[in-house]
Amino acid sequence: MSAAREPGPLIGKPVPRVGGEGRVTGAQQYVADIHLPDELHVKLVTLPVAHARIISIDPSAALAMPGVRCVFTAQDVVAVAGEMPRFGPQFSDRPVIAIGEAKYHGDPVAAVAAETRDAAEEAARLVHVEFEQLPAVFTIDGALATDAPLVQDPSLRPGDERAGTNVLREHDIAWGDVDSASADLIVENTYHFPMVTQFAIEPHAFIASPDGDGIAVWSSIQHPYWLQRILARVLRLPLAKVRVHAPDPGGAFGGKQHAKYEPLLAFMALALGRPMRLVLSLEETFVAVRRTETEVRVRTGIDRDGTFAFQDIDANYLIGAYADIADRVVGKGSYIGNGPYNWPSARINARSILSHTVPSTAFRGFGNPQINWAVESNLTEAALRLGIDPLELRLRNLANLGDRFVPFDTACDGQWAQSVRRVAELIGWDSPKPAGRGRGIALGIKSGPTTGLSYSLVRLLADGSALVYAGTSDMGQGARTIFAQMCASELDIPVEQVTVISGDTAVVPYDQQTSASRSTVLMGNAVVSASRQVREKLVAMAGGDSAADGVPTDELVRRALGRMGGEISAMGEARKEAEPDHPLGGSAAFFEFNATAVELSVDQETGDITIHRHATVSDVGRSMNRLQVTMQDEGAAIMGLGHTIMEHYIFDAEGRIRNLGAIDYRIPTSMDLPEEMLSDTVENADGPGPYGAKGMSEGALLPVAAAVAAALRDATGVVIRDLPLSPENVWRALQVQRTIPDRGAQ
Amino acid sequence: MQVSLTLNGRPRTFSVEEHHTLLDALRDDLGLTGAKECCLVGECGACTVRLNDRIVDSCLVLAVEADGGDIVTVEGLAPEPGRMSALQSAFLEKGAVQCGFCIPGQLLAGDDILRRFEHPTRHDIEEGIAGNLCRCACYYQIVEAVEAAAHGRAREEAQLVESAVVREMPPHVVDQ
Repeated sequence: MSAAREPGPLIGKPVPRVGGEGRVTGAQQYVADIHLPDELHVKLVTLPVAHARIISIDPSAALAMPGVRCVFTAQDVVAVAGEMPRFGPQFSDRPVIAIGEAKYHGDPVAAVAAETRDAAEEAARLVHVEFEQLPAVFTIDGALATDAPLVQDPSLRPGDERAGTNVLREHDIAWGDVDSASADLIVENTYHFPMVTQFAIEPHAFIASPDGDGIAVWSSIQHPYWLQRILARVLRLPLAKVRVHAPDPGGAFGGKQHAKYEPLLAFMALALGRPMRLVLSLEETFVAVRRTETEVRVRTGIDRDGTFAFQDIDANYLIGAYADIADRVVGKGSYIGNGPYNWPSARINARSILSHTVPSTAFRGFGNPQINWAVESNLTEAALRLGIDPLELRLRNLANLGDRFVPFDTACDGQWAQSVRRVAELIGWDSPKPAGRGRGIALGIKSGPTTGLSYSLVRLLADGSALVYAGTSDMGQGARTIFAQMCASELDIPVEQVTVISGDTAVVPYDQQTSASRSTVLMGNAVVSASRQVREKLVAMAGGDSAADGVPTDELVRRALGRMGGEISAMGEARKEAEPDHPLGGSAAFFEFNATAVELSVDQETGDITIHRHATVSDVGRSMNRLQVTMQDEGAAIMGLGHTIMEHYIFDAEGRIRNLGAIDYRIPTSMDLPEEMLSDTVENADGPGPYGAKGMSEGALLPVAAAVAAALRDATGVVIRDLPLSPENVWRALQVQRTIPDRGAQ
Repeated sequence: MQVSLTLNGRPRTFSVEEHHTLLDALRDDLGLTGAKECCLVGECGACTVRLNDRIVDSCLVLAVEADGGDIVTVEGLAPEPGRMSALQSAFLEKGAVQCGFCIPGQLLAGDDILRRFEHPTRHDIEEGIAGNLCRCACYYQIVEAVEAAAHGRAREEAQLVESAVVREMPPHVVDQ
């Protein structure tokens, strides 16, 4: 897969973002900015409870309103499809619309279509749903109780011995012998990471329209080709009759990976023969996507000299009422949970537990931030108890290049100690601390993609300009910019002469998905491969290497194509095959590695944390665009501060989320930033992507919580094991410490 | 109801439902989709526009309240079609733009800072964009972009004053 070769000067250069001008002039069209002639507006009908049996749905009052065209329910889907189609990326468990039961607060039971948005919204309130409230589980303990109501109908899991419980799957990984391992010091604690939500500033938006003898769908989706497959299956259409338009999402962070309401809109559009449009409110996105809540018990064994002996992790991940991709989040997120260290013995048992809550899904870090919070916090505690510098303890056990730190996976693929030393240098780890300040450090690691398939078509046109077709969703990471740089570099043309086309499954070749920070590596390799093939053809057609040497590309194109003009094209492919015997179905294409250190102080009266300096260093192999790498790393760091310091869902006793929306759920603003952000990269060109690149974008988020908690402990002595480290929680911990000084907090 | 206002320098008259917001009117009746819809409760700032001399969350202003007003949206920030304002250019140059969804609001907030402060401090800028959420979290870069635009303006003014002597200004230092 490797495409290492000395890059041209364009690689790494902070060239302006492709699509940037549209973004600063208002010209960029997101899904909600697109209107189709004759469209109808859709509003979802939900119930004010977490779990209910649907007795009847009376649409008459809604239908009597002017402009209302239909009230669509499960019955209407079944009438067309014969039975309720179910879908999902891992399990086909999610119905197109709730049938029989509503399984979480926000589960749509009906959808109204009307000529205006006003009419749709008002009519949705008039749909009368008779229901019986049923017992619900929305905590880990509640879902695991022996008498807990079952979230999923056991008939959806025939032959599964866990079908009679709320445990969807268990993921067990082990090496060495944890049970008989011993250590001088054993530290055992339980850590909690609450539900948080992606909160993309663009709420999800969907349009579905009949399209000849097929369907066209517009969605703010990360994986248009996966959506195409889901739609083809539930509608029983050939792939070629399903066209997915995927305009650049306005932020996604994993929350826009998989199909949500597109199948419902497609059924409605085909039933009424008109385009259907659904733009979620921000509150509706809170009940559409979230991160898994996690409780992690970790037992860490370390010898007196700081040598790691064993680690034993037991993790309960509370997923939602439908699996979405959450069980993969659990499996892949927990798998690398022991971190970037050499452990002689290690064990991870992780469970995905169904509950009557919002289906949890991918969210930047994909299950890793939760387990990292626990494991890295426990390491800090162990270091303090051993009297070893937390930085030194980590360095002493860190995997070196080539170490099989997970015995059956890809070996350590970077010189990770360089990142650790660099972050220590940036934060001034060994320098005296100003009074009242504390410092903390934590390391993060995440497996890159385990399988992958990306195609790219490159067309060199008669004037020496080029088109790159690449199906990656450009959701802010700047994918098209780096593809343009790669193509321009390989063809030796100005980057301004490259146009990158994405977002239409009928035009752009297949790409498996935009996730796991894969696109630089996988799609990047496809783009580079296609570009190199085009270059080879061009040189051959222009008379071979000696004739082409030193000749500008546009002149070569004229010589190669002659008076008729035309174009030279090639398809590039990047493939990472599945490995059926591997616990994750495939080894990591690369690892994202990050070291984070912070220096903070705490207001003793309010519990408010001020981060004075935040240092973050990622091993990216090689930057394709230094500016974009910085933006992604710093953005990930600040997003990490969100779940560290302020974000969490609050539930009432009925399992309803009480802090829906921007007033009661806070994310970082410009007033919540570290006073200084120090970000840097380590680049040894040791990745599998173009010119030695690795994927990046998630690493800088992974260890933030553990680094901040370590610094909080350093500054104040208080230990908090439940996120967030909100002023309220910190203040409470400070009070406990004052009252019972020898106990610290918790 | 009939509403007349000036939109990005052009007079516009249109009819609007009494309960529709200025944001609704801009996006649905006037065809300008630059102002974005997100929280609809005045917290996220994605719908920020300038109404007369101050910026507002257009989701909290009724369209009828804007009657007679002078409104500038992101579509009206460029000095002429095909050219970008100094602030728009600075946003791209400093790397302040990722997904772009919040950017129309950030630009209006940034433009407002430049109007209110001759030499805005870092704190002035952070406070000025505090009502504009960016989940990509390009805040440092947004602050730098506003600073750069302010510096650029200061330099232009200095050049006008001392037009005979074109001075080399020190490069803008980014403290990260």
